[in-house]
Amino acid sequence: MSEHGTLLEVQDLKQYFDINMGFFRSRPLKAVDGVSFSIRKGETLGLVGESGCGKTTVGRSILHLYQPTGGKVIYDGKEIGDRASLKEFRKKATMVFQDPYSSLNPRMTVSDIVAEPLDVHGLCKNKAERNDRVLELLGYVGLNSEHASRYAHEFSGGQRQRIGIARALAVNPEFIVCDEPVSALDVSIQAQVINMFDELQEQLGLTYLFIAHDLLVVRHISDRIAVMYLGKMVELADAEEIYRRPLHPYSRSLLSAVPLPDPKKARANKRIMLSGDIPSPLNAPSGCPFRTRCPHASDVCAGSMPEFKEVETGHFVACHRLAEIG
Amino acid sequence: MKGQDTMSENREQGASAKQPLLEVKDLHTSFFTDAGEVKAVDGVSFRLDRGKVLGIVGESGSGKSVTAYSVMQILAPTGKIVRGSVKLDGQELVGADEKTLRSVRGNRISIIFQDPMTSLNPTYTIGHQLVEAITLHTSRKRKEAKDRALEMLRLVNVNEPEKRLKQYPFELSGGMRQRVMIAMALACEPDILIADEPTTALDVTIQAQILELMADLQKKLGMAIIMITHDLGVVAQMCDEVIVMYAGSICERGTADAIFYHPAHEYTKGLMRSIPRDDDNGERLQPISGTPIDLLNMPAGCPFAPRCDRALKICLTRRAEEMWVGEDHISSCWMNVKDLAAQGVITLEGDGEHE
Repeated sequence: MSEHGTLLEVQDLKQYFDINMGFFRSRPLKAVDGVSFSIRKGETLGLVGESGCGKTTVGRSILHLYQPTGGKVIYDGKEIGDRASLKEFRKKATMVFQDPYSSLNPRMTVSDIVAEPLDVHGLCKNKAERNDRVLELLGYVGLNSEHASRYAHEFSGGQRQRIGIARALAVNPEFIVCDEPVSALDVSIQAQVINMFDELQEQLGLTYLFIAHDLLVVRHISDRIAVMYLGKMVELADAEEIYRRPLHPYSRSLLSAVPLPDPKKARANKRIMLSGDIPSPLNAPSGCPFRTRCPHASDVCAGSMPEFKEVETGHFVACHRLAEIG
Repeated sequence: MKGQDTMSENREQGASAKQPLLEVKDLHTSFFTDAGEVKAVDGVSFRLDRGKVLGIVGESGSGKSVTAYSVMQILAPTGKIVRGSVKLDGQELVGADEKTLRSVRGNRISIIFQDPMTSLNPTYTIGHQLVEAITLHTSRKRKEAKDRALEMLRLVNVNEPEKRLKQYPFELSGGMRQRVMIAMALACEPDILIADEPTTALDVTIQAQILELMADLQKKLGMAIIMITHDLGVVAQMCDEVIVMYAGSICERGTADAIFYHPAHEYTKGLMRSIPRDDDNGERLQPISGTPIDLLNMPAGCPFAPRCDRALKICLTRRAEEMWVGEDHISSCWMNVKDLAAQGVITLEGDGEHE
């Protein structure tokens, strides 16, 4: 998909949250701390990392669901900032949420849920047009008119996620942030929804930022994969490349920790165990955030954050010790 | 098991050569709700030998957790074992009095739950909860129990165990809490550890730590583990034997290799096709069609038939019996009969009539 141009560019994105420490004191929690990447038109960029690494926050900050603390989001050559550009942007970029149970309003019918973005942006002239569009959208996700007048609680998890996807498609977007869209679904339903994402991409030419923690799913759906750790991006490369030859010590251990659904391979798999837990982002280590758990850490890692640089074509890594660990 | 409590004598007596450690026969557990009877476990039989790791996989609502809870009889008030038998070393547990059950729970069968956040009491320290569990189940006094608690925390690789004893659950991370749960569950050296989705709430690298810890302890202490999970990767990594459940009954059961390399039930085959693999080449996954089953509205025949692409007429009306499809490999699927007939291995009376 490299023949296409850049659709979305994120430059040095920062998202801090003030954590109240009592009595007029607060400390910034650096959920995302200087992340830069770009997404090409028509591609799927997978974003992986463990809980608290800031992957969801990246998705939300791009869409300006949070006001970013710093950095730029450039969409189709235009920087997103003021109200007017944001409203335009939100017609092109939408989101599918993780939890299909809490992301749909229980008091609205499916047709109202799906049509809400149409109403907000005034995209339909009259009721008949709105109705037709709702049915078309439901059709995309394998639902039909019979479902339109029902309420969300009448559906199973997989069907609810379909409704959420139909809503995200309502404004005819080009770019969708998918925040763990299949994590809450059963295995047999997961595949249905993953395939639907694939088919919709082909049909409508969509670009995805696919956030998930299931690495096998991410690899299946993504063209490129970015790995985050404690608010920083540590590696970014083609999906196959990063899966076969991860360079950053964190990506290596993360990928080796994936339980493979194949008993012989699982038994033979050499896991790189990490000691300890992820530090709290409130007291992130100095320098490289991963150094406290990294088997290769040295003094230089404590001194400064390594630069996120391209070590091979299209393969970005942030690690001081890359040359030494080979 | 040096110098353990009184239970150890019973253990030795029951442990004859052929007798399985745990034998579950035709277990039926139902929940009686306002909407009607929900047959959460509908005729489940299996056996578990000493020192083995048995995986139970299935989707939500397949009855995998309820099966485990029935073994320990820790069901919600609306749930009841309708019939069937659960034998631990030959001793019948269904219908046993509360005193017997108390001597089994925690002592001989322990359980760790999915969510380490909610399974510890937030108002007591880790030490208090560990010591409580140990004094309750063994004859140890407080002082000895505290030593044992420390020993257990060291065993599960909790760093700074002395400090942890004085901490409250909220001060520990998820992985650490799960370690504490494992320490608590293993403090009385149970014969069987039931792990109900022990790593589902944890991150991948923490999951790897916990799974390795469990595998290590299993080798060290020689207990049997029942691993309940929906993650086929975890099963492949951990289990000797696997049970695949769908809608309250067992579809297929066999060694991990048999289940993964020679699945003999259409549901298992569907599951295997629908997950992304290690050697994924970006081709479309082949999902199982349809929606999960409604336990209040069970079909007459095979519960999987409404979603099965290859369903025959007989599948809709009659549930297949358990069939041996290989050594230690059992499947309840009519397709096995059809395939054998197609190969000419067997002939069917009134062949094709049901198709």
